[in-house]
Formats: sequence, structure tokens, C-alpha cells
Amino acid sequence: MDKKGRFGEYGGQFVSETLMSALLELEHAYDMITADPHFEQALREYQAEFAGRPTPLTFCANMSRELGCRIYLKREDLVHGGSHKLNNTLGQALLAQRMGKKRLIAETGAGQHGVATAIAGAALGLPVEVYMGEVDTKRQALNVFRMELMGAKVIPVKTGTRTLKDAINEALRDWVTHVEDTYYLIGSVVGPHPYPMMVRDFQSVIGCEAREQCKKKEGRVPDTIVACVGGGSNAIGIFYPFLSDTLELVGVEAGGRGIGTGEHSATLCAGEAGVLHGAFSYLLQDAHGQVLPTHSIAAGLDYPGVGPEHSMLKDARRVTYTTVNDQDVLDAFMFLSRTEGIIPALESAHAVAYVLKHADRFDKDDVVVINLSGRGDKDVAEVAALQGVT
Amino acid sequence: MSRIDRVFQRNGQTTFIGFAVAGDPDRDTSARVAHALIDGGTDILELGVPFSDPVADGKTIQKADERAIAAGTTPDTVFSLVREIRAYSAVPIVLLTYYNMVYRRGVERFYREAHEAGVDGILIADMPVEESAEVVEIARTYEIDPIFLVTRTTSPERMDEIVRRARGFLYLVSVLGVTGARDRVPDEALALLHRVRTHTALPLALGFGISAPEHVKTCAEAGADGVIVGSAIVSIVEKNAGNIPLMEQELKRYVARMKAAGVRDR
Repeated sequence: MDKKGRFGEYGGQFVSETLMSALLELEHAYDMITADPHFEQALREYQAEFAGRPTPLTFCANMSRELGCRIYLKREDLVHGGSHKLNNTLGQALLAQRMGKKRLIAETGAGQHGVATAIAGAALGLPVEVYMGEVDTKRQALNVFRMELMGAKVIPVKTGTRTLKDAINEALRDWVTHVEDTYYLIGSVVGPHPYPMMVRDFQSVIGCEAREQCKKKEGRVPDTIVACVGGGSNAIGIFYPFLSDTLELVGVEAGGRGIGTGEHSATLCAGEAGVLHGAFSYLLQDAHGQVLPTHSIAAGLDYPGVGPEHSMLKDARRVTYTTVNDQDVLDAFMFLSRTEGIIPALESAHAVAYVLKHADRFDKDDVVVINLSGRGDKDVAEVAALQGVT
Repeated sequence: MSRIDRVFQRNGQTTFIGFAVAGDPDRDTSARVAHALIDGGTDILELGVPFSDPVADGKTIQKADERAIAAGTTPDTVFSLVREIRAYSAVPIVLLTYYNMVYRRGVERFYREAHEAGVDGILIADMPVEESAEVVEIARTYEIDPIFLVTRTTSPERMDEIVRRARGFLYLVSVLGVTGARDRVPDEALALLHRVRTHTALPLALGFGISAPEHVKTCAEAGADGVIVGSAIVSIVEKNAGNIPLMEQELKRYVARMKAAGVRDR
């Protein structure tokens, strides 16, 4: 990545003039803390004593037997709050505190990033306001309540598609209005530089741990790592420390009701280059450049953009990006719950679904790591409704 | 000297830059809006290219963008509107857009078609000077003035860089925030005006939140060369969508009142 925050040709800083000084300030502050051992130490302490890191790399005996390969789950579902999101929010909230910011704002889709921001804000004594699409506040009502319990204010977004994309729009409008005292805590590897780099760095703890754990258990790195991709933070987090190893990396996007129906969120598989939310990256857009509405059974993947580093990794063919459909995901949600006693988030179930669908690709000695980015408690009510359980 | 330069050379009054979203509420009404703004005395017409995610804009203009997109407005529609307005008047026309609309069409093609239609300037709301090298060069090729934003948070070093690339005028953002009518012109806006003045001889136009004649008067007295009014105009269009002759009348009256407030005492 060069100085202007580019991953190959992707990335950059496409924001209105008012935000440029804030981005430059953030770049500078981030440079300072990466060179500061005290910051690293403070973050490690929060990770160990508060977030519950390291998370296990769990061998799935039942699933492995059934599919005929060696399957491990990287258990980000066990991070405090229920997903990998806290890895990033703790890092950024500590940074915001260092910068003397008085207030955190965030966007959220499924609510997991909102919850993780509320946790970090409560722990560090920073007030939190979370923008959440009105559609998502309804399908993830439990997470709205969790955020409120921890003192965050949830602001339903009623513009546009009323999902994650518009939540980011509103957060950006808030930031531009309160730029001097407010820290915008972005939840994925999207947005203008330095966010994609910074969020990747904070999430890389997933891959660093997984690498060590796999070497210990198997004596080598895995053959395949699979992760779901919405904005792409859990995927880049586990992929990044393995980029120079010889192994297959698979990013699974939300195929929704099928790519052919147009009702999906498969940005890398079905999109083309464009600019949204401050970065040049793949984008789901129409012939004229209007951003398209998206769909996914998983609110956290329901987004028309994707992190710029993923766009680079796609073009370089270093990572294989593919899709699974809503129905595959529901099947995988049931399968993992029943087989291993682990209920995955619908987002993470995309990665599980890929392995189930392509089990015949793996030999019995192949080591496959699935990044289980979050737990599925938040999704139980929606899945029950889809199953006709009331 | 560009058409925009010539407008600012006229003495005795503050240049009135009126904004409407192209295609709001539909193409033909939008043409009548533009004509009414010109008839009322608009010195420079600014047309918004509607975009699905206008993050620099407040509610009023977001809704106008949504109406225009729902009515089928595309960049083709915008360029055809510009041609129609150009046939009606020689008033300079500036497009306000977001970068994805330009990138998607192809930067070269967008500027060429804009030039052929009669566009004089283009402002890309989400393109800071750091990302603008290619666009500025192509703009120059097609004799289109690249318009840049300057805000209270713009550092002196960056302001010098902006001033080096900008042509036509500088768009001074009067407040931290998004577009939308506000009660008064904040003191910080006037302070910004004085600060930018020490960096450039380019004409300076203040925008964001300017909606009433007394705002224009304040800006004029502080030495602004122009004012940019958007949301207040878009609100008139929205409110009178059911009665187009009344809409035209209201627009003309509004622009005339705002213009009158900008006459400088000499």
C-alpha cells in the first residue's frame, strides 16, 4: 500500500473537503500509536482480560467425520459481545481516547458492530451513538436493546434502503457536522484511508492466533481458510497473516436469492469498480453509477460495497471469492448447531455453507479453517420465524 | 476568460448562484425550474446530478435526488437539460456531482459530453484536491472550470494546493455539516472568507445554509463575491410540485429578492 492509502488501484480518500482534516489527523494519530509500545500493551490487556482473547481454534470432530476432512473453527463467536467486532472497536476506541475525542459514532448492520462499539464506549467512558437502518432495527431488535442496555443511543435511519449503506451515509453526515470532537468508529475494512488499513490491522489478531494455533495442532498452516465477506473485516483479519503462505483463501459473499435474481450482496462476484463511502472498490451499481439495493438473509452482509483490499486480492487472484444462497446458509445454520452444538451467526454460516457445499473438494488430510466470526443468538428469532416457529 | 470569470467581473452586485437538482421532480419541470431561476436573475446556474448516496447533502436535497432518480434521470437527461437551457440563455452552468457518476461514465467522456452540452464548471462533492489530478487535467482539456470546496477545516497548506488547481470560483462551505437551510450566517463563515482571501484572487462564493435575503446582505457586506443557494430553492420546487406556474412565479420572486439583497453600496 502506498502513501495515499491505495491497495493497488483501490482505496483512496473520496470524501467531502470538511472531512479531509479529520482523516489526516486520524492518519497521524494512527502512525503515532503503531509506534507506541504502551498502546500495544494497553490493547493486549483489554483483549486478554476483557475480550477473552485468544479465542480457541476448535477441532470439529463430528463435522470432520461427516465431511471427510479436518475442519477447525476459529471461534470469534466467543469474543465478548459475540463476534469479532470487538477486536476493532477496542483498538479504535482506545485510539479515540488518545486523540481526546469526546464522542463515538458508529454505523451498524446486524447490530454486532454497534454492540461492540457500545461495549468499548462503556468500558472506556465514551458516549456512543449508533446509526442503524430502520429495517435492521426490526430484524435485529435484540441487538438494539443490548446497545441501549450499555448506554448507547440507537438512531434508526429512515432514508434510502434503510439498511447498512444508509446507516453509513447518516454516520458520515453526523461526522461532517461534529467533526471536531467526534470520532467515527467504522466497523469494517471500508471507508476512506486510513480506515481499511487500520481495521485490518486490529482484526489481524484473528489470523495471527489462528496461524500459531494451527501450527501447534497440525504442525503446519491450513490448506484452506474460509470466511464470509460483507465489508470484509473478519475475512481480511484471518487472511492477512497468511497472505504469503501457500494455501487457498476463500471469501464467501451473500448470494441472497441467487445472483440471477439481482437480490444479493455479492459485490466482488457481481459488481464493478466504483466509489462509495470514500473508497474506490468493487461496487454493486447500475449502468449510470447509482448504487443498487442489496439483499441478504444476514443483515451484516447486506451492503453494496466491499473493502478495497479485497478488490485488490480478487484482481490478483490471491483470494477466491464466491457465493452461497440464503437457503444454503439456513441449512448450514441448522447443520452446525445440530452437529457441533455451536449456533453460528447467519453471516458466519455463509462460510460454513461453502464448506458443506464443496466438501467433495477436500481430502481426508486437508485442514480447513472456517472463521466463525460470530454467534447466532441474535438470529434465532428470525430463523424461527422463517421456519414457521412462533 | 471563461463565462464564469466574466460574470464575477461585473461590479456592483453579489453573484447569485442558484442550485436545483436536474430532473427534480421530472425532466421537463426541471427545465422550467431552470428557466424560472434564470428569469429571476440567477447569475450562475448550478445543477445537481442526482446520486443515490449524496452524503454531503441534507434531507432536502437527498429527497430531490430520490425524486429525480425515480423519474428516470440519468447523466444523459442532465446533458440534454443543459443543452435546452443553453439554447435559452448564456448564463454559466455548473454541475454538482459525486465522483461515482463521473467515474462510471468514464471521466473523459463525462467532461467531453458536459463540454459539448455547454457546461462551464464541474464540482465533485466527494473529490478532495488530493484525488483530483486526472479530473483537473481533463477539465482543462475541455475548458471546464474545476470548482473546489474550501471549509473551516481546510489547512493553509491544503488551501494553497486547492487554489492552484481551482478555476472559476471557490465554493466556501459556511458551516461544518451538510447542505440545508439555516437561520443565520455564522461568524465562522465570515472568518473563513477573510482567511481564504489572503490565499487567492479567485472569486469566493459562500454556500450551505444560505436561504434568506439578510444572509445575502451579511455575505455581501463581508466581501463575498457570490452566494450559493440550494436547499431553499429545492424546497420551493418541492412545495409547488402540483402547480408549476405558481412554482415558476415563486422561484422568480425568490431569486429577485435574494439578488436585491446582494446589491453593494458604492
